[in-house]
Amino acid sequence: MKKSQILDDLQEGMNDAAELGSVPALSSDELDKLAEILMTPGRMVGVETGMEVPVTHDIGTIRLDGDQGNSGVGIPSSRLVGMMFHERAMGADTMELGHIDYSFKPVKPVIANEMQAMEVVQQNMIVPILYGAMPNMGLYYTPDGPFENPGDLMKSFKIKEAQEMTEKSAEHLTRDMVWIMQRMMKAGADGVNFDTTGAAGDGDFYATLNAVEQLRKQFPDMYIETGMAGEMVLGMHGELKYKGDLLAGLWPHQQAKLMGKAGSNIFGPVVNTNTSKSSPWNLGRAVTFVKAAVKESPIPCHVNMGMGVGGIPMFETPTVDAVSHASKAMVEVAGVDGI
Amino acid sequence: MEFSKSMRIKQAKEYVAKKLGVSTFDLSDEYVMREVRESLGIGVITSVAGAPKGCAAKLNIEKLLDLKINCCEKFRKQLK
Repeated sequence: MKKSQILDDLQEGMNDAAELGSVPALSSDELDKLAEILMTPGRMVGVETGMEVPVTHDIGTIRLDGDQGNSGVGIPSSRLVGMMFHERAMGADTMELGHIDYSFKPVKPVIANEMQAMEVVQQNMIVPILYGAMPNMGLYYTPDGPFENPGDLMKSFKIKEAQEMTEKSAEHLTRDMVWIMQRMMKAGADGVNFDTTGAAGDGDFYATLNAVEQLRKQFPDMYIETGMAGEMVLGMHGELKYKGDLLAGLWPHQQAKLMGKAGSNIFGPVVNTNTSKSSPWNLGRAVTFVKAAVKESPIPCHVNMGMGVGGIPMFETPTVDAVSHASKAMVEVAGVDGI
Repeated sequence: MEFSKSMRIKQAKEYVAKKLGVSTFDLSDEYVMREVRESLGIGVITSVAGAPKGCAAKLNIEKLLDLKINCCEKFRKQLK
């Protein structure tokens, strides 16, 4: 791309975020800084000295022993070995234990095994160890779960019935997540990572907010990280509220405030990548959204940076130049507390 | 500190640096931190025989940073 194209796309991406989220645009100095970062030669760039930030992880060790579906590389290794690799060979600042399915619901039948694994892991690890899983409320709908699928009901124009199923699923999901984490805390977990929150829409987000609130009351010192599934909370129900705030349609800066109110320690904002647009367009947009979230958040923000989010191309092994340039921009321009 | 006290990155670095007796710049200096980590028993990357590892190092971190960590609490409760 030519320099003029990069500058134009950064500006356009920024404008898109500012308009959609009603958030402040970046200053001309910040846009210049973004352009400078993007045009820094070299395959890999790093943050300026003194601006280093910690990283948290989702999916635990599944990226080592898992298959392609989880971006795993298929190395047969125990979860303990995988975690020790992350801490001592890869320099991970935190780590998490996760079930191979990586959703909360399937953990229930094997909870004793998960507790045992956590106990063994905690005897050998130094960095904070969370239990990580996805709320994944879709598993509570037919054919996988006990509640009639709201999507099917909506197709039949049964809107009230669809909302009722979402509410019942959310209640069940909250109960399951709290039950699982009560046991994992008993086994010595340092906390929890709710990964891809809101994947099934506002009901999923609502269930997680309530789980965070209940866990915070029961475990005042527990570490709670809540990462999002997408940039906006989809209104699959449309009328759910948390402490008076309507959840459908919330953008990262609004989600962060609610997560802080519920009792999370760290919030993970997501900004989706538009695959029809360039990297500068996506980065300008992502940094604008995340900068607003960092500013308005009452808690630290660890931005999601990976395949298809955070201004990074939609590709399971994203190029290292895109990842490192976008990460530097998030730290130096958006001001994130971690990644 | 971000997890235990919801501190933002700047505040968290200042807190840890003060407790360890180093500057915030030193926290990311591999040379400085190697010696600090080994002398305080809070874990080093390479495997040093006899040095605290795993939960032992974590117990030292908990004490140094004046924290309450769940796994350390559980470990202590199991000791007779």
